[in-house]
This record gives sequence, structure tokens and C-alpha cells, in this order.
Amino acid sequence: MTASTIKKTVKKPKQPMTNIRKKEARWGLAFLSPWMIGFLLFYLLPMLASFGFSLLRFNPAVPDESTFIAFSNWQRAIMVDREVRLSFIRTMHFAAISLPIGLGFALFLAIILNSKNVIGKTLYRTLFYMPSMIPLVATVLIWNGVLNEQTGWINMLIESLTGIQAVGTQGLRWLADPQLVYFAYTMFGLWGIGNAMIIFLAGLQGVPTELYEAAEIDGASWLTRLFRITIPMITAVIFYQLVLGVIGSLQYFLAPFVLTGGSGFPQGMTRFYMVYFYKQSFSFFNMGYGATLAWLMFIFALVLTIVLFGTAKYWVYYAAEERK
Amino acid sequence: MSDNILKRRKPMSRKARNRITAVLVTSLTLAILFVFLIPLMYGIVTALKTDAQFSQIGAPLWPATEAQFEYEGETYPVYRVPLEDRIRDMALVVKGRQESQFVDINNPQAGLITWEGSWRALDRDWQLDPQWQNFRVAWNTINFPRLLWNTVKYAAITTFGAVFSSALVAYGFARFRIPKKNVLFMLMLSTVILPGAVTLIPTYFVYLQIGWVGTWLPLMVPAFFSWGTNVFLIRQFIMSIPLDLDEAAMMDGASPLRIFFSIILPQSVPALTAVSLFHFFWAWNDYFNPLIYLVGHPEKFPITIGLTAFNNLYSGRTNLIQAASLISAVIPLIIFFFAQRIFMQGVVITGVEK
Repeated sequence: MTASTIKKTVKKPKQPMTNIRKKEARWGLAFLSPWMIGFLLFYLLPMLASFGFSLLRFNPAVPDESTFIAFSNWQRAIMVDREVRLSFIRTMHFAAISLPIGLGFALFLAIILNSKNVIGKTLYRTLFYMPSMIPLVATVLIWNGVLNEQTGWINMLIESLTGIQAVGTQGLRWLADPQLVYFAYTMFGLWGIGNAMIIFLAGLQGVPTELYEAAEIDGASWLTRLFRITIPMITAVIFYQLVLGVIGSLQYFLAPFVLTGGSGFPQGMTRFYMVYFYKQSFSFFNMGYGATLAWLMFIFALVLTIVLFGTAKYWVYYAAEERK
Repeated sequence: MSDNILKRRKPMSRKARNRITAVLVTSLTLAILFVFLIPLMYGIVTALKTDAQFSQIGAPLWPATEAQFEYEGETYPVYRVPLEDRIRDMALVVKGRQESQFVDINNPQAGLITWEGSWRALDRDWQLDPQWQNFRVAWNTINFPRLLWNTVKYAAITTFGAVFSSALVAYGFARFRIPKKNVLFMLMLSTVILPGAVTLIPTYFVYLQIGWVGTWLPLMVPAFFSWGTNVFLIRQFIMSIPLDLDEAAMMDGASPLRIFFSIILPQSVPALTAVSLFHFFWAWNDYFNPLIYLVGHPEKFPITIGLTAFNNLYSGRTNLIQAASLISAVIPLIIFFFAQRIFMQGVVITGVEK
């Protein structure tokens, strides 16, 4: 950090570059070259080409039969194909359930792990983080078993604790009931909250203790301290997790694909946007249309990010700004 | 609220109050942890069951088989028979509609005992019988050594490529005055959140044209052109290395390349380790890219795709699926338990300083 600030003060704009500076810039660019070549080859050109493909009817098996159809793909995606809108709404619907629950759970665990009074914190941290290391496919398959309506332990536990009939075909069919399936998928996600938990924990440890001491003198209760100090002080961390979570949700693919092969079971509920994109592009090989869907996804992601950043100034607190 | 009441009554010592909170919060955490890890216990227990146990009514939760008893050279099923004094485990020797003849498995010398009632209404006796060979069957059926080798190869090569190239780029961003460096840096960070789909179709088409689809190349080559998050993390770390070291070396006439190899790389080992671990597990978990580029080439599948294929082929054999899932988790978990500290510090650096 200090290095860059020193450089900034030393740097004098509008001065012609000396030979030494030129040489330095050349060396710097040489070191950046892997990224610059990669950026060009794997990001910039493909992105532009992707837009070009979106104007074609294109099947990679018969590239010679490609035809230019102008904005027909775009028109189809936006106006005609209901599945585009539906899969986007499903994706957002799922995100609206899974993100608050996932981030809330991670924050809750971080608060517990940060509490002065808990015994055996390192052990809990390890054990709550551990499932995040299990390959996601394995996580999905394990949860698929434990949520089975007949033989799964979750339903048995619910039934024995509450007495509600949960086991069996009349019970809670987590993965087959359109009302429940997003909650089931959210549960898989809880096994991956390790990173968010650790990041929240680091955020909590960065909250200045003077604030708590002052609050305690004023007689603030535990809850007041939580909502008036702790959470406001880590909104920047929450915001960062939220942005990553929203972008990640938009690309949610693995769990529905492993469990249903993209069939959308039950009742199309799990045909999320990325699944639909995959189907069009790699099952039907409608790659022109696929490129359109990809570009639409990029636009969604951009809009969502801009909206989120727009809301940031109302609720996100950056400690660094105050110091300026 | 409760605080106020306590204060009014008797000044309870702060220590005692803390101890009560500690007990409450700790037990709450334990309860949550228990529920959180239920699926893992389920997975382990299920992996050890026989195929038959899933369809049998009255089967216990733990891996068990129905007890058998050998009596005078024949094998008979064991039931739990309620006699006057208590329930006894007895082998059913002669089946009858109204009454059946049993032999007490703990006292076979007593000979046949007649019990009145329908034997069909009795519960079977189950005994613990974990099927450890399920793991071996899963290991062989899924051809785990091959999947493992593919995955390790993929993870190791891409990790090396991505970390080394990212270190070069990070050094460039951290130490050199380059015109428009901030713009370039922001551009690089923006690639981190760019949805991969938007570049996918043209790259796929190009790979198809040059014959790379069906090989590992599309998965490995891009890694050698640096990786946004890695660059960011390593750059943060390099900027914390004192400049004096570079300058001293420069005075001695060392070239930037030399400085990179003999000062920057050795000094950045903690960051490089963390980044390598992250990248390794990212590759270990990668699903979408192998799915697209390796379709139809099962001999090249990594674990993730192999496990999915296995699940589709053996969907009725829950025990084998659980066993295979657990096998695939063993190596990441072992590495995690050994490298835990590095790992969590790395998470913090990438997550908080952004």
C-alpha cells in the first residue's frame, strides 16, 4: 500500500518520459504481457465475436450453413421465447431465497465464532468450514440422499422432533415438490458457506473494540450492539459477498445439472438461466442463439451489479472514507 | 432486559454471567453443528449398508443385516420373540400358522420352544454389519485411480500455470510505473466477475476448429495467461514487500527478471501457497469446462464428471453413490486439515482487502 502512495506523490504528470521511465514501462508491460495476451484472446475478442455470433443462425457441426439473421435471435430471446424470461425469473427467485439464508447463516456463525464466551472456537471453525472442501458434486449427491423422502435422515429427524408426517410419499418431497425444491438447493449451499463465514469473521475482528466499550458504558444490550455497531461496521464485507453471490447465482448450474441433467424437474423449477443456456448451446447446438443468451446474461449481470453499487451509498459503510 | 433484572436483584458477578452465556452459546453451537453434519454421517452410514437394507421395512438406521443362526446344520432367521419374562432373540425353525417352533440362540441346548402367535408379526433381529467392501466396489466401478490421476494432472498443471503467470503479472502491476496502469488494473479485476458464458461460444468454436475439443488443452492453456483473483492477491502481497530490497538489487545491476526470481518470488511464498491451494481446489471442483470440452471421452474425465456419470448409471445403488462421493472428498479434506491455517488466511486476504 505505502509503495503505491509514495509513487503517486513522486509521479509528476505532463512531464515527458525520460529514458529510464520508458525502460521501466517497457519492463512493466513485458511482465503484464501474459495477462494482456490472455485478455485479448480469452476475453475481449471472444466477447466481441460472441456478439457477432448472436447475429447468426449457427450450428458448429455445419458452420458452412450459417446465415446472417440480424437481430432475430435477440428478438426471439426477448419477445418470443418465454423460457428465457421464465428461467431468469426462476434464477432470481432462487437467489432471493438462497442468498439471504446462506449469507445470514454465514454471518450468524461468524458472530458465534467471534463471541468471547464460546468454548472451542477453532474446532467449530474447522468443522463448519470442512464441508466447503468436499467437491460440490459429492455435496450434491450426499444431500440428494439425506433429503430422500423415504430413506433420508432429514425427514426422519423432522418427523421425530415435531411429529409432523415428513417421511414417505405423503411427506416432505424436498426435491420433487416445486414449493420445496429451492429450499433443498439452498441447503446444499449451506455446505459451501465456509469462505463467507471466514470473511465475515475477519470483518468482525476488524471492528474497533472502543465502539463496544462505549456502547457498554451507555448500557446498550447485546442486540442493540449487534444491530447498531456490528452489522453497520461490516456492511462493506456484506456488500462484497452480496455482489459475488448475485453474480454467482446468475451462473448457477452444477446442482440442477447433476441432479436432473437439465430436465428442470420438478415442473421446470430447476431450469435456471445457465441450464437453459447450456441446453440451447450444447444440447441443441443452437450456438447463435446461445451466444445471444450469453450476451443477455452479461447484460443482466452488468445491470444487477450497477444497481447493487447504486444502492451501496445508502447502506454500505466504508471505514476508509471517513479517514480522508 | 434480563440484564436489568439481574442487576436489580443481586449483583451477579460478571464472571458467573459470562459462564452462563458461554454454556448457552456453546450448546447452541453444538446443536447447530450436529444438524449441519447430519448429511455427512448419513453419507458414511449409508455407504456401509447392503443393497437389501434400503428396501426392507423395519431396517435400522445403522448398517446392519438380518441375523441368522445355525442350528443342526441349517441356517434359520432370527426374530425378536416376546416371551413371558422378556424379549429373546430366537431362530425360527419350524414355521406355523398358529404357532411356530423356535430355538433360543443363546441357549440352543434347550431345544425347540413353541411360541403361539404369527411369526410374521415378529420383528427381525438386526446385527451391525458394515459393508466396507462397498468402498472397494465403488472405487473399482468408477475406476477411481484414473479419475484421480486426471484430476490431479489437471489441477496441478493449471495451478502451476495460473500461479506462475499471475505472479509475473502481479509483479508488473505492483512495481512498475506504466502509463494507464490503473485502467488496466480495473480491466483485469472486471474479468473476475465477467460471466464465463459470454466468451464461451466463440472460444468453443475456435477450439473445435483447431481440434482441441475432446482434449485437455482448452482447460489448461488459458490458465497460463494469468488469473484475475490470483493476480490481485499476489499483487497485494508484493506491495507489502519493502522496496529497499528491489532497489539494492537494482544498484547491483540486477535485471527486473532477476529481481523477480531471486527476491519477489522467494518473499511471496506465503501468498503463492495460498493462491496455489485456492487454484488447486478450484480446478479440483471445476465442472462446467470439463463437461463441455471432454464430453464423450470418459477416459479423460476428472472426478466431478466421473462422479456425475456414475450417479446416472447406478442411480438405484445409493450405498455405492455415497461411497464414491466420500472417496472423492478424502483428498481435499486431508489437504484441508493439514493446510488449514494457510487456507483461512488466504480467504481473509482475498475477501476483505478487495
